[in-house]
Amino acid sequence: MGDLNKLGLAEARDALRAGDVTSLELTDACLSAIDGAGALNAFVHHTPEIARTQAAAADARIKAGDAPAMCGLPIGIKDLFCTKGVPSQAGSRILEGFLPQYESTVSQNLFDAGAVMLGKLNMDEFAMGSSNETSVYGDAVNPWKVDNRQLTPGGSSGGSASAVSADLCLAATGTDTGGSIRQPAAFVGITGIKPTYGRCSRWGIVAFASSLDQAGPMTKSVRDAAIMLEAMCSHDPKDSTSADLPVPNFEAMLTGDIKGKKIGIPKEYRMDGMPGEIETLWANGTAMLRDAGAEIVDISLPHTKYALPAYYVIAPAEASSNLARYDGVRYGHRARLDQGDGITEMYEKTRAEGFGDEVQRRVMIGTYVLSAGFYDAYYNRARRVRTLIKKDFEDVFAQGIDAILTPATPSAAFGLGEASDDPVEMYLNDVFTVTVNMAGLPGIAVPAGQDANGLPLGLQLIGRPWEEGDLLNTAYALEARAGFVAKPEKWW
Amino acid sequence: MSIDESTAARVAKLARIKVEPERLPALAAEFNTILGFIEQLGEVDVEGVAPMTSVTPQRLKRREDVVTDGSQQEAVLANAPDAREGFFAVPKVVE
Repeated sequence: MGDLNKLGLAEARDALRAGDVTSLELTDACLSAIDGAGALNAFVHHTPEIARTQAAAADARIKAGDAPAMCGLPIGIKDLFCTKGVPSQAGSRILEGFLPQYESTVSQNLFDAGAVMLGKLNMDEFAMGSSNETSVYGDAVNPWKVDNRQLTPGGSSGGSASAVSADLCLAATGTDTGGSIRQPAAFVGITGIKPTYGRCSRWGIVAFASSLDQAGPMTKSVRDAAIMLEAMCSHDPKDSTSADLPVPNFEAMLTGDIKGKKIGIPKEYRMDGMPGEIETLWANGTAMLRDAGAEIVDISLPHTKYALPAYYVIAPAEASSNLARYDGVRYGHRARLDQGDGITEMYEKTRAEGFGDEVQRRVMIGTYVLSAGFYDAYYNRARRVRTLIKKDFEDVFAQGIDAILTPATPSAAFGLGEASDDPVEMYLNDVFTVTVNMAGLPGIAVPAGQDANGLPLGLQLIGRPWEEGDLLNTAYALEARAGFVAKPEKWW
Repeated sequence: MSIDESTAARVAKLARIKVEPERLPALAAEFNTILGFIEQLGEVDVEGVAPMTSVTPQRLKRREDVVTDGSQQEAVLANAPDAREGFFAVPKVVE
């Protein structure tokens, strides 16, 4: 079998179980693809020794007839996950040299299911960004290109998106606080799902905004997403918000039959100035689901407009609190001190040197909205608005809506270095995805078309809480009809 | 609400991030852009709406009140920039 790194999880799993390939062969194919892809800057810490050891162990398990779901499948892990003894910097200078003494629950679950770790993937610093341009490692690059313009793979899971799209690994983990799995997945033409808040344990994942953060898989197909999501989910006593619910067999729920399902089309997602190509993509996706037997229903989510501003109060507020731990005492970077500097100077210099501009900006905005005199006007108001955003969704689900179809992003991938200096412009990337985090719902991005330049475009489906299986099945039906098979031409 | 340089300096101090005085005007301008964007929340009628405390309705689990962790001094100190004799070392705190 040639080009083993180009396989998806399901194909590789079946080939492994049939004895057609070994995990070592798959792993070596990915490791050499990674070696040849330095220009993408997707993998930022390489772990070939761990990968080969895990692959050999997986081959032994397969031989013994004991092959769990992810057995022998080589994947990349976003730098936000703490991996024992392996650098885990969250894309930040402040965690330079940090070697976790423990393993995150999600990566442990994947290893228990037999997965092979190829290395750690680039990302925006502390997952704050939509273009992977805030990373201490430098930009991750989209394998898709228009002429000679280098494009962003999106963010914050930009390295994960780039690596999966360029076939450097079979799949990757991502995390999503406002769209950080779904937006990059859409920008590179792959599938990415953020499950319901509480499905995946947050333990050992470097925290950004704890009430919004969720992990999820980024894969080459909806089936692969179902396989990997199931392996990632679990109830975890170490995360008090992790749900004590059984994890269904998501793959078994992929029948492709969505006859009679009610799909909502929210009118508020038709934004002023939305490119015609996005409108067309959305209309095409609607037609595909109708063709599959779903009933299309126009719906209203009246508070949509306020999701992004409310997010930019709540997420920075939680970040300012979570990032208080980076003080130069327990781990990571500590600034060199001058004669006479006390502990306050140590904190201030350490954090000024360790945090990049966007992280500093958000920590300070968060500090401001939580400060005496503004807490009620900003933070509490945003939390009230969040209640209303969630209620919008509850109302349409109560009307019998099974899933909601929207565009995943307001545009195709844009050029690296082309974003304006206005931070709010960058925030608008998350306009279609952020509502889902605010309401704690599952959301999936599926590649569904290409723009005039040939760049991939994605659609988003939003599901009912805890019904990832049903959501994946709807996505499966959409994927089958969209028939997106384009791949970037190799230039790296 | 407009943020001036002295407010920006106060926020930086609260956040324990050193900001050089020459950067304060630009920082204040960025804050104003972001806060200007956030201001639109003022349009929403939130009368009688409770602030969200948990996005999924759940009762936090309780566990037995027993020690379940500990005796990991070495692992706890392993990443410290400065650890001495089993302690984190920091600049003098008390004069």
